Amino acid sequence: MDVIPAWFQELYETTGLNFTVFYDPYDWHRYVDGLRMTCLLAVTTILVSLLIGAVGALLQTAPSRIVRSVVNVYVVVFRNTPPLVQIFFFYFGVGAMLPAGQDQFGLRQPFIDNVEWAIIALSLFAGAFNIEIFRSGVEAVPKTTVEAAEALGYTRLRAYVYVILPLALRVCLPALNNNLVNLLKTTTLAYAIAVPETLYAVKQIWSESQNVFEMMLVLFVTYGVLVGLLVWIMHRWEKALRIPGYGR
Amino acid sequence: MSTKTTETGANSPLPVLLPFRIEPTRLSVPRLAPVHALLFGAGLALLAGTAWAQADAAQLSPLEVIIKWAPLLLSGFAFNIVISMVAMALGTAAGLGVGLSMLSEKPLIARSAWALTQFFRNAPWLVLLFFVMFLVPFQITVFGIKIPLPDWAKATVGFSLPVMANVAEIVRGAVRSVPSTQWEAAESLAFTPRQTMWRIILPQCVQRMLPPWMNLYSLVTMATVQASIVGVSEMLTLTAQVHTAEGGRPELFAPLYGFALLCFFLYCYPIDRFTARLERRFHIR
Repeated sequence: MDVIPAWFQELYETTGLNFTVFYDPYDWHRYVDGLRMTCLLAVTTILVSLLIGAVGALLQTAPSRIVRSVVNVYVVVFRNTPPLVQIFFFYFGVGAMLPAGQDQFGLRQPFIDNVEWAIIALSLFAGAFNIEIFRSGVEAVPKTTVEAAEALGYTRLRAYVYVILPLALRVCLPALNNNLVNLLKTTTLAYAIAVPETLYAVKQIWSESQNVFEMMLVLFVTYGVLVGLLVWIMHRWEKALRIPGYGR
Repeated sequence: MSTKTTETGANSPLPVLLPFRIEPTRLSVPRLAPVHALLFGAGLALLAGTAWAQADAAQLSPLEVIIKWAPLLLSGFAFNIVISMVAMALGTAAGLGVGLSMLSEKPLIARSAWALTQFFRNAPWLVLLFFVMFLVPFQITVFGIKIPLPDWAKATVGFSLPVMANVAEIVRGAVRSVPSTQWEAAESLAFTPRQTMWRIILPQCVQRMLPPWMNLYSLVTMATVQASIVGVSEMLTLTAQVHTAEGGRPELFAPLYGFALLCFFLYCYPIDRFTARLERRFHIR
């Protein structure tokens, strides 16, 4: 098992390419922890933002005017403001106003920590996009299908959950795919509020080991693999959900 | 017999099976009126107001703080817009080249352009920004002349890289969407491939590319705040500095960042509306 660390150690001694993460266990653990945090952020924000998207698309067709406008204002505001400012706004702005407890040294201990705020802010940001995506899918569901569901006695909610949403999901999967990849890339912004995700961990490593170029390579490969993995999963899902007779 | 059709339900004299009534599913979406923007602003003001109520009266209210520092913050915002415009210009020029290379007949050129596009499209913007900030030297020497590269210039280049990749995809998609008969017609009229591209295909692409291009511009504008992470003094950096200058009161955070949100919203929302209108106009049925 010592082949890989030994090889990278030798690479450093012969060429000066210092990939500390692969032979220094301390750096390796930091990197893996960062990767784990990125995965945690990505998975939770994807799930929460999908939920926001589905519920928001339903509420956009609600009979109440007020509910519809609230959803619309949310979508418009979150789509047209920078995600980084949103994160700052939530973490510093809203977070500072919420009540907080104290730890054993009497320091301020907020109930929602930076990781949770990052998840909340990123989910809200991506959720706004998901609502629009789901809406486009809902609009693409044939009117006759909706009417058929109504004729079978489905209530509005049940028709949405069991008929409209599953069909809409298939239509909007490519757009959703794009947005989720975008969300995965946006998780790097959590760096700004010191969430120890991959970029943060790698930055720490390169400031200590002075190997910016090598770590930059590692960073690019990491995100390339993560995005590739997500795209692969989404394609599998797309294939599994395909309706025979639709599309090519 | 004069059975009225309106006589249904419990009023009906006949025991007929009536259709299940369901609330009609409305799929139309109401337009957003300026009233909503006003409501948003009022909400922020309220937020600011409640925060101020907790502080003692000798300090400036959050609104006064914002008015006091607005010129500085807005100059920072103008800087954001300058960065976004330059990045967009550079990225579009490069992206046009890469996009056309992707359509090249030579597989080597097409393959490498594709790889370039995928690489810069799939890397997070912040990572690309770090990439440029740390790996490009702060000054370059050309023929003995030292050209300094300030932070903001490097950041602009950093933003133009993902723009390039995205524009390349937009160009490729638009060219692919032109009917192939156009190519054949041009060929039959004895246009050279270069002439076909520049005089026939690309002019038709411009209107198809405009909506996604404007969307991208909106994204770039919103991404420019990331430059604050690498120390360019644009709006978000200035916002943090203003907050420190005002004594670092925690209740000032929300109004100050809310002001930044508002600035970006007022700039990006018209672009978004206009893009949506263009998209409807150029919608291919």
